[in-house]
Amino acid sequence: MQSTRHKLLLVLVAGVFSGCAGMGGAPAKSSTGIYLGATGPHPVQPLADKPRFGKAISEADVAAWNIDVRTSDGAGLPPGRGSVAQGRQIYAQKCAACHGPDGKGGAAYQYPGALFGGIGSMTKVPRILTPGSMYPYAPVLFDYTRRAMPMDRPQTLSNDETYALTAYLLSLSGLVPADAVMDAQSLPKVQMPNRDGFIVDDRPDAKAVRCMTNCK
Amino acid sequence: MRKPSDGAAQRTRRAFLTKSAALAGGGAIAAAGGARAAPLAIPQSNQEPGRTIEETAYGMPSKYEAHVRRRRTDVFKNRQNLSDWSMTPLQHQPGIITPNGLIFERHHAGTPDIDPDRHRLVIHGMVKQPLEFAMDDLTRYPSVSRFHFHECSGNGLTDWLKPASTTVQQTHGLLSGVLWTGVPASTLFEEAGIDPRGKWALFEGADSSAHARSIPLEKVLDDAIIAYAMNGEALRPENGYPVRVVIPGWEGNTSVKWLRRIKVGDQPWHLRSETARYTDPMPGGKWRQFSMVMECKSVITSPSGGQKLKGPGFYEVTGLAWSGAGKVRAVDVSFDGGKNWREATLEQPVMDKCLTRFKVGWNWNGGPAMLMSRAVDSTGYVQPTVADLQKTRAIVGFVQHHNAIQPWAVNQNGEVRNAINQA
Repeated sequence: MQSTRHKLLLVLVAGVFSGCAGMGGAPAKSSTGIYLGATGPHPVQPLADKPRFGKAISEADVAAWNIDVRTSDGAGLPPGRGSVAQGRQIYAQKCAACHGPDGKGGAAYQYPGALFGGIGSMTKVPRILTPGSMYPYAPVLFDYTRRAMPMDRPQTLSNDETYALTAYLLSLSGLVPADAVMDAQSLPKVQMPNRDGFIVDDRPDAKAVRCMTNCK
Repeated sequence: MRKPSDGAAQRTRRAFLTKSAALAGGGAIAAAGGARAAPLAIPQSNQEPGRTIEETAYGMPSKYEAHVRRRRTDVFKNRQNLSDWSMTPLQHQPGIITPNGLIFERHHAGTPDIDPDRHRLVIHGMVKQPLEFAMDDLTRYPSVSRFHFHECSGNGLTDWLKPASTTVQQTHGLLSGVLWTGVPASTLFEEAGIDPRGKWALFEGADSSAHARSIPLEKVLDDAIIAYAMNGEALRPENGYPVRVVIPGWEGNTSVKWLRRIKVGDQPWHLRSETARYTDPMPGGKWRQFSMVMECKSVITSPSGGQKLKGPGFYEVTGLAWSGAGKVRAVDVSFDGGKNWREATLEQPVMDKCLTRFKVGWNWNGGPAMLMSRAVDSTGYVQPTVADLQKTRAIVGFVQHHNAIQPWAVNQNGEVRNAINQA
């Protein structure tokens, strides 16, 4: 058993570090193209000495904590549904105190304020960042609202309420019609204007030179 | 009405002057063989008993050090103090370790108060066996302790194109040096058994923002720590008590605090915290995503903004350098705004992804000067200027990942001022 796990980890580590120059060499990148900076070595005690203290559980045990949504395709979106009209009512009760009436921004809310607008501003100064202008995928709105909102009572909204708020906020941005209903099937299909606005980390990008005398 | 930062700057200046005066006084005695106006009196502390030892105590700094405080951001002011930040007084920090009470804070929804006996950490998703850990379980594993710098990706965001901040606490105080202790993350992943499809891990907090980030498994298995202690004691509540992940050398928010859940997946999650936030504006309306390494950077902490030199003569110019891509290889210091540079001495130890202290002696001639430091790391990367970074990035709005050279201007009165992008 120990040796099986030992082999598994060795294979994994060997796999992920193949082609990695490590410290002192070229910048290391992950297999998915992410800039890692320097890697290892970081000596760890031999696996044979390692005890096991984790308690085996099932995925069902984690259900209430398992709130993440993979926003690019909506994997993890729960059952439930909600309409723009329902969302407008819930917004007035649970969100307007901070975000202002009709999503226009409120006294307690941080810059930039409004929950809509800014579409088309990315090539201008300033860029106006709202869910509609900034998020590449519509399920980001569901994930973030469910995990962190409302700020005074997060993780208390039902799935239906969260879908309804998502529908309402997308309608404020003009990204869904006024009669839209959002659920696990419809939400990932909403096309966001900034979907192609992101590039994966391509640093190091600066090309400074170590000049010592009579520089510039 | 004086702003808090002004008070800090004045007391900083006093401390700096005292140090300079002591050096100058010593020099005067040696040179002239002179005498004081009045002989030294026996201090009162020699002539009366001190305080008794308390039965139990948590020691605190001298009352004369009360000006050394972490300070909430007062240049960019947030409208509420739940999603907010406070900054480390680097101008008062010798060495490379930040005391726990002075480590910067960045929370997305305040500091929770978590009972360690009730706290649980789970690892699930693309693993062979989902696991649950209590704190008592985590502290039984073989542990590691490692020194690393910790820096917020937003460090310096107020000071790109023109000076807005006065002190180094305001320009660079989202930076601390910490000895982290915990379990190598690889230990827990190995115990759960990673599905061969697994490429990413989601780390999620038990705070009221349930802050979460997707991290490539290569990084997690290389050097991430599931940390329960810092600088020789349990994590402070504001730094993730009872347990957090530490992702060495990467932007601070990837080291998710109050860690409750790890999920293995085959793709990143593209959460708000990695699309609408913690992304960098680029030319053409684009955004750079997953820019998590904190690149090589340095700053002179003394003399620094808001301080005042006593007069011409010797000063030890000192500061901090660090790199998320490895070790600091060298630091150069310029006194003439970047025309000529001198290599500084690096104080040992120089460690991987750790604050490194540099020092160089300077005889100030009393004229205007422009002090700068420039670090080089073990990959050969040279710390850039703002102008260098502007060649590839769009400096518009709320811009993260400012690792440019920080100039401090000294005028003929000895006053030190922030001169970012003015040199």
